[in-house]
Amino acid sequence: MANNHYAIEFQDVSLAFGDRIILDNVSFGVRYGESKVVMGGSGTGKSTLLRLVLGLLKPDAGRIFVDGEDITDYREEQMMKVRSKIGMVFQEGALFDSLSVYDNVAYRLREQKVPEDDIEAVVLRMLRFVDLEDAIDKMPNQLSGGMRRRVGIARALVGSPKIILYDEPTAGLDPITARTICELALKLRDLEDVSSIFVTHRLQDIEVLSSEYVVRDDFGNLIFEHEGDKLCLVNTKLMMLKDGDVIFSGTDEEMRQSPDPYIQKFLS
Amino acid sequence: MNLITRGILQIQEITLLVWRVLRGMLRAPRYWREMVQQMDILGFGSLVIILLTGFFTGAVLSLNTATTLQKFGVQSVAGQLVATSLIRELGPVLTALMLAGRVGSGIAAELGSMLVSEQIDAMRALGTDPIKKLVTPRIVALVLMAPTLTVICDMVGVLGGLLAAITFQGQATSVYMASAREAVNYNEIIGGLVKPTVFGFIIAIIGCYKGLSTSGGTVGVGRSTTQSVVASSILIIAVDFLLSKVIISLLLDPR
Repeated sequence: MANNHYAIEFQDVSLAFGDRIILDNVSFGVRYGESKVVMGGSGTGKSTLLRLVLGLLKPDAGRIFVDGEDITDYREEQMMKVRSKIGMVFQEGALFDSLSVYDNVAYRLREQKVPEDDIEAVVLRMLRFVDLEDAIDKMPNQLSGGMRRRVGIARALVGSPKIILYDEPTAGLDPITARTICELALKLRDLEDVSSIFVTHRLQDIEVLSSEYVVRDDFGNLIFEHEGDKLCLVNTKLMMLKDGDVIFSGTDEEMRQSPDPYIQKFLS
Repeated sequence: MNLITRGILQIQEITLLVWRVLRGMLRAPRYWREMVQQMDILGFGSLVIILLTGFFTGAVLSLNTATTLQKFGVQSVAGQLVATSLIRELGPVLTALMLAGRVGSGIAAELGSMLVSEQIDAMRALGTDPIKKLVTPRIVALVLMAPTLTVICDMVGVLGGLLAAITFQGQATSVYMASAREAVNYNEIIGGLVKPTVFGFIIAIIGCYKGLSTSGGTVGVGRSTTQSVVASSILIIAVDFLLSKVIISLLLDPR
């Protein structure tokens, strides 16, 4: 049975590639409007988790629910409908090399045969959101790593999905660009009420996502603030994976107090 | 996994891919635009190498056989010899081998790169079936363009043979062309078109399969590309033998 409060729910999910166990009886839920920051070293199954949500991989055991639907046994055709509710930001952007920035962002709408005038308006809005209007006619190979990922975010946002999956969107970026990506995630979480799984192993990302929030002032300007006396963030939870198991799940404060030596080493 | 198990597994996966392509063709969406685009890239893009291949093959065939024909006093059948060899065998096989090298490798490299850079996953995440969008248009394009290019290769080959016969043997154009025309009948043409249709399918499906089963990053892309050319070239030559036997039995020399 699906829990009605969860946008994404894993119930005892296991997956192995040959003899290698990737996920072993993993259970967790992402509430509507919540961001789940998934951490862990390389090869701990973080990206696999996202692929399971999208139905790009199927679990060996357990159930996966997306927006209350049990997608575990869905065929590819059925998954297409579920995927329209989800936006995925890939590690390196995964932009289509043969298409311009405009065509990349417009891709989903073109597939849905939306009229070209409507597509243009949406593409411009999305590129404005990620602050890349100037790059509209560029090809992916003309963009920097950070720009590619921002275009990837713009592309994932088309169709206003209420669930966004981020697969290490800040890996290999300089701190300023990485912060820009995190700020986009904050805007989506706090202003658009998007539920998300944010896979990362950067402590800086965890700090920003779990202790900052964004509000709009009376003039429509965005203001980034730290949680503290005024507000305590409850819509961001952290989860740590190790050897296919969830070894921690909770808030950033709880994680810092965890006695687990792996977590302490991760935080140091 | 040993060699035999891996071979059986690959045959199973290719069969599954073919099944998905056929099943996908029955249902919308169909990507007509991509099909035409691929016909242009894979077919028209290969025109120059096919023209050159056909021309020089016909010319060298005419050149090499001239002495033997002269020995038996039948230089006048040079046109027939060149045309028959090209339509039955050399046109389809050489066109297919050139396409396997130029186009099959390109398909494997392109799809392999898309796979390792997560573009295939991105496509699926954005609600598109990569089989319909990427594989089917390439198969349709090659199944249609391989016979077309083979016909062009045959025609240019006959002209190449003519040029060699005129230049080096002093043969009259009318004699060569009359002889060549004798080789062209419906059964020969049908036989000459069946082969490249099958070869086109082989090149496309092997290229797509190898590309979509790439693993191991950019090194894997290189490996897939090489394997695609090797596998489709060997398959083309092996299937050519089997098809030749069937075509001869059914169309050309039925007994």
